[in-house]
Amino acid sequence: MAENIEEKVTKIVAEQFEVPVEKVALSSLFLDDLKADSLSVVELVLAIEEAFGLEIPDEHAEKIKTVGDVVNYVKARVQ
Amino acid sequence: MPRRVAVTGVGLVTPVGVGTEETWRALLRGDCGIGPITRFDAASFSTRFAGEVKGFDPTRWISAREAKAAMADSFVQYAMAAGAMAMEDAGLVLEGALAERAGCFVGSGMGGVSTIEATCQALHAKGPRHGISPFFVTQIAISLAAGQLSIRHNARGPCYSQVSACSSGAHAIGDGLRVIQRGDADVMLCGGTEAVVTPLGVGGFAAMHALSTRNDAPALASRPFDLERDGFVLAEGAGILVLEELERARRRGARIYAECKGYAANADAHHITAPAVAGEGAQRCMRAALADAQLDGSEIDYVNAHGTSTKMNDAVETFAIKQVFGAHARRLMVSSTKSMTGHLIGAAGSVEGALCVLAVARGQVPPTINYTTPDPDCDLDYVPNIARDAKLRNALSNSFGFGGTNACLIFGRHEG
Repeated sequence: MAENIEEKVTKIVAEQFEVPVEKVALSSLFLDDLKADSLSVVELVLAIEEAFGLEIPDEHAEKIKTVGDVVNYVKARVQ
Repeated sequence: MPRRVAVTGVGLVTPVGVGTEETWRALLRGDCGIGPITRFDAASFSTRFAGEVKGFDPTRWISAREAKAAMADSFVQYAMAAGAMAMEDAGLVLEGALAERAGCFVGSGMGGVSTIEATCQALHAKGPRHGISPFFVTQIAISLAAGQLSIRHNARGPCYSQVSACSSGAHAIGDGLRVIQRGDADVMLCGGTEAVVTPLGVGGFAAMHALSTRNDAPALASRPFDLERDGFVLAEGAGILVLEELERARRRGARIYAECKGYAANADAHHITAPAVAGEGAQRCMRAALADAQLDGSEIDYVNAHGTSTKMNDAVETFAIKQVFGAHARRLMVSSTKSMTGHLIGAAGSVEGALCVLAVARGQVPPTINYTTPDPDCDLDYVPNIARDAKLRNALSNSFGFGGTNACLIFGRHEG
């Protein structure tokens, strides 16, 4: 399950920001490393919510800066 | 003496072709771009045909991601495509000081209507959080066509959108002319874009009984000046011109299609849809454009008419042309390319302005197709059905919008 979450998040991130899956690491910063803009990050959060059937409160969404942040949040919520 | 302005680039996305040459060749052949609506199920609509842009792949000009997110609406995609074509055609790259002397005016009548429709449905189905994209506002706002174009091409001068229904694109070109004439910029990407072949777009114009209902023969439906005309045909696309200060264009050895010589804008101040009695506003606008270009009416050889194929417009426009040009009206070639493209609303004025540019540059006049039965109220030379070779000195493009907003543009041959 844990690996599945990581894979699934990586795939969604790659798709949202139009980068190859290989370029997406857990440490990747959305704005700096993946050259995403802030609106795309908002869109990513919504896509993650839909993919995992959960809601990420805005106050927490604002703290999500990397792929790892997403994976950790999702893991904590679905496990 | 104001600075003179050249047209050095043309980009067209129309129902008869994606590309300037594709469009031009189709129009000279007399091709019709109008057919049954494929964008949505129009079975319950009184009009079930339109001029749709066909074979358009946005990823030729923008990334797949942009096409899904920030530039999701076709009205922006068409502008990006036509803008890229025009810039490539002009051979211009905006860098350094030139970038700050270049601007974008892109008009549209209605903006991102299809995105508004889809978002409304998603809002009702999924609620606000998941129904409304963070890109929604920037997808639908009319000025984002100009904004996105400026970002893509690094145009750092004046940037906004003219919104005047069916004359938006013409106003954008005319205002671009003025900006360069008065020295506020040296290069302007100007034109219009529209993509409202959607349930609300088609349904809206149908509700006001403005559209042809010739559902059994869509290709024959847009028949400007013909006695059997029964309304206009909604269409989509974009037309973008690169306007450039003439001396600058000469110095860099640019290919100059034509000179943008004159412009006028005014209002009927009469009625939301009907033209003023005797086309008073249209007459005044044509006269003012002639005065602006410092031309006598007898120096115009071709008029690309507004020619919508509605009963009212075509008769009133004909009358107005006769009043303005007097005896010379009989010698004018007057065609409506809407017979082939349909009515591109906010993009119509810029597409038709671009066609005047090409007509002047190439000595060819596109026809009015579907012209079979003369109307006693429409008695000019409409270049019926077959394109014509003719050396043109100057061409006039008419655009008259709902709300009674008028724009006339004059393009003249450039003597190299």
